[in-house]
Amino acid sequence: MSTQIDPRGQRFAASVTSVVLVAALATAPGALAVTLLSLQAALFATAVALGVQRTPVAAVYRSVVRPRLGPPSHTEDATPPRFAQGVGLVFALVGLVGFLTGVDALGYVATGFALVAALLNATIGLCLGCEVYLRIPTPLIAATTRSTT
Amino acid sequence: MTTGLWVVLACLLLVVGFAVYRVRTDGRFHRRRGAEAGTPAAPTTASVLTGAGIDVPLGDRATLLQFSSAFCAPCRATRRVLGEVVDLVPGVTHLEVDAEQHLEVVRALHVLRTPTTLILDPDGHEVSRASGLPARDQVLAALARVS
Repeated sequence: MSTQIDPRGQRFAASVTSVVLVAALATAPGALAVTLLSLQAALFATAVALGVQRTPVAAVYRSVVRPRLGPPSHTEDATPPRFAQGVGLVFALVGLVGFLTGVDALGYVATGFALVAALLNATIGLCLGCEVYLRIPTPLIAATTRSTT
Repeated sequence: MTTGLWVVLACLLLVVGFAVYRVRTDGRFHRRRGAEAGTPAAPTTASVLTGAGIDVPLGDRATLLQFSSAFCAPCRATRRVLGEVVDLVPGVTHLEVDAEQHLEVVRALHVLRTPTTLILDPDGHEVSRASGLPARDQVLAALARVS
């Protein structure tokens, strides 16, 4: 029914994301940081729009990394990581707005949140969709449920 | 050091701290914090599922009540683990509830993330709970403390 993916590919993608975001923060504020953050936002957007298994990073994982690791012991549903990529996209876009409008503090904080999420995903496989949903106030959940169904 | 590098450092410290905490506490069964001390006026004679619209028979010995949600990979793994436990221990049933469909129960029980597994006694009272993916041995040990 739903698309199944190799969970190690998600860890790999989160590692790449972490490296890009660290580079963006290290070079911020400036044109290079904005370029790196835009690149990462584009990767997040690709994962949300086409699926996490159809990003350039996923292609690199399939052609370079997985042949060295062997087949996965189990696969996972692609929906939760896709949701997490959407959260990452929001943070990256807010960060971009911050750096582009000169509100650097906003850029640092939003990019920092995206980095924390990516690092937790890469290290302990944190499932963002499991953490945030029940902490959202009920009326907001009702609103989003209505709009998506 | 630039501001950006300070942000990176702060992120790293936050991640290490949180990761260590999570690895230590995930899947560990405990009494709900404040459950003993708080609200002595409420006589907890009713099952936690009373009035929740979840009308299923409870296990003779214990019920593993699992709260799950859609965007949740560890929920599937937890379902597998609890299924194994049910096969191993007689009198134990597994009941998986979609947290998003039962937000009132979720709020009343202070379930903040999925998966959260509650162990209920035969009358439907909460005995202990664990959030995150529990290991099979952790569930078995917690069940051993029920009876």
